[in-house]
Amino acid sequence: MIRVVLAEWRKLRRPTLFLGTLGAALFFTGLTTTFLYLMIDSQRGNSDRGRQVSREVLNLAGGSVYGFASVGGLLGIIALCVFAAQTAQEYTYGTLRNLLVRQPGRVRLLLGKLIAMKIFALFLVLIAAIVSIGISYGLSTKAKVTTDLWFTSAGFHTIGQTLLNVTISVIYFGIVGMVLGLLSRSPISAISIGVLWMLIIENLIGAVKPVTLKWMPGNQLQTIAQGGSTEVSYSHALTLGSIYVLVGAVVAVVLFSRRDVAN
Amino acid sequence: MTTLAISVKDLSKKYETGFAVSHANFEVPLGTICGFVGPNGAGKTTTIRMLLGLISPTGGSAEILGESINHPEKYLSHVGAMIEGPAFYPALSGAENLKVLATMGGLPIERVDQLIKTVGLEGRGHSKYKTYSLGMKQRLGIAAALLPNPKILILDEPTNGLDPEGIQEVRDLLKRLASEGTTVFVSSHLLSELELISEYIVMLRKGEVVFAGTMETLLLQQQPVILVKTENSKDLEKIVAIAHADGHKATIRSEVAHIEGPADWAGTLNRKAFEAGITLTELAPQLPNLEETFFELTGDRT
Repeated sequence: MIRVVLAEWRKLRRPTLFLGTLGAALFFTGLTTTFLYLMIDSQRGNSDRGRQVSREVLNLAGGSVYGFASVGGLLGIIALCVFAAQTAQEYTYGTLRNLLVRQPGRVRLLLGKLIAMKIFALFLVLIAAIVSIGISYGLSTKAKVTTDLWFTSAGFHTIGQTLLNVTISVIYFGIVGMVLGLLSRSPISAISIGVLWMLIIENLIGAVKPVTLKWMPGNQLQTIAQGGSTEVSYSHALTLGSIYVLVGAVVAVVLFSRRDVAN
Repeated sequence: MTTLAISVKDLSKKYETGFAVSHANFEVPLGTICGFVGPNGAGKTTTIRMLLGLISPTGGSAEILGESINHPEKYLSHVGAMIEGPAFYPALSGAENLKVLATMGGLPIERVDQLIKTVGLEGRGHSKYKTYSLGMKQRLGIAAALLPNPKILILDEPTNGLDPEGIQEVRDLLKRLASEGTTVFVSSHLLSELELISEYIVMLRKGEVVFAGTMETLLLQQQPVILVKTENSKDLEKIVAIAHADGHKATIRSEVAHIEGPADWAGTLNRKAFEAGITLTELAPQLPNLEETFFELTGDRT
């Protein structure tokens, strides 16, 4: 298994992929966190979907990671794209046959790839967290937000909890991407379907029938990153999100281990 | 300990459209070079994929180095393969692509530089794969197949895209590997090349094995041919008639009479043609070759 992880890491660490993905993650993290503080007094809101996050909320122990938690869903979408592309391209390049000749254990190959991509996602999340907290701290004075509670034991606990939630969310998004990659065997199709569903279709359906958001997979994963929302509780999102991901993963593993590799 | 590198018994792969491979039977002894030939769509690549555990057979069985193809993990560490041409990550260099496979297979990374030299890619190993010419890609594919220092090397059209010099290099490489004990199972459309290096031949037609055995046996099964050209092409019909009168099969293809018969009958034909007032411009007895035999057995003259 470790050999598969190391082999996959050779591909993931190439600068165009690693730095490109990191750049995208940091761009969204920076943008979201900056807006949160610079538009704190804006009538149009300073968070996603025009929500207003007040100074009082940011003054709390969890204020340092509010921006980071908000961007969790977008980090998840980035992970979905990377996992989907890295999985599906093995079919489009025809490289899967080479990999399977060197590692015939298909489930082992899949798990090794997943672990390598999880490590990649973990790097992404950690760096995004550091940058988001840094920006929050840097802009707190300008936004008249008090940071006294941010670095207390309660504050560090919230940072740890948020880091864990965002990591779970990002990895779940990634697994969804991997499943789509395995099912579609095309990076473009996998990414299109994933992004279209998570970012557009779910939101459209949710706008028409808000109650459906409680059952939508993308919304569950996003809610995990945020540690729960007013519409969906954290435990509901975690349970349902885990079920969705588990079912998808089982289907993908069964298909991958049995399907002929004919390209 | 088995003396067979590959043993295939009644191996079949059936799709909705029909059999891609139908009840194939053949054996390849260890340490030989075996040519695997057949027209396009004959089932060569499907057979190779089944041998490598990439697709599941719908019937029959096969063994590689004495291990069933149902357990590819038991033998693939001793097998190097290039299937349907080279396939690598375009954004990685040639060397990095090989390192991915070496890491995956737990093979020494030091072999990568050595193999880059062996296949003549020195100086370009660190260039991105997407900048490679077809010939360079093919060379990298051969290097990847050689990574595990294989006991069996399975190559699907290894000389595609190579220039004559490259083809000769590959031929020499395969001969050298065979002399060192590696079994080489190679499919190619370059039949003259295969004839030069192969001791064994497996010939497929429409998914069925039409011949499997030594090259010598194959060629001995075929009649020698005498090729005849005449000054006046209308006289070819008369030549065919002379051949038929002496009990030899004869046909005219591209203004050349092909007569099945022993080489020593050429003198008789020459004399009879002279007596009939026919001037021969060419009289060439030919031993059967793989190409002629291939066409004969597969019925493929496209």
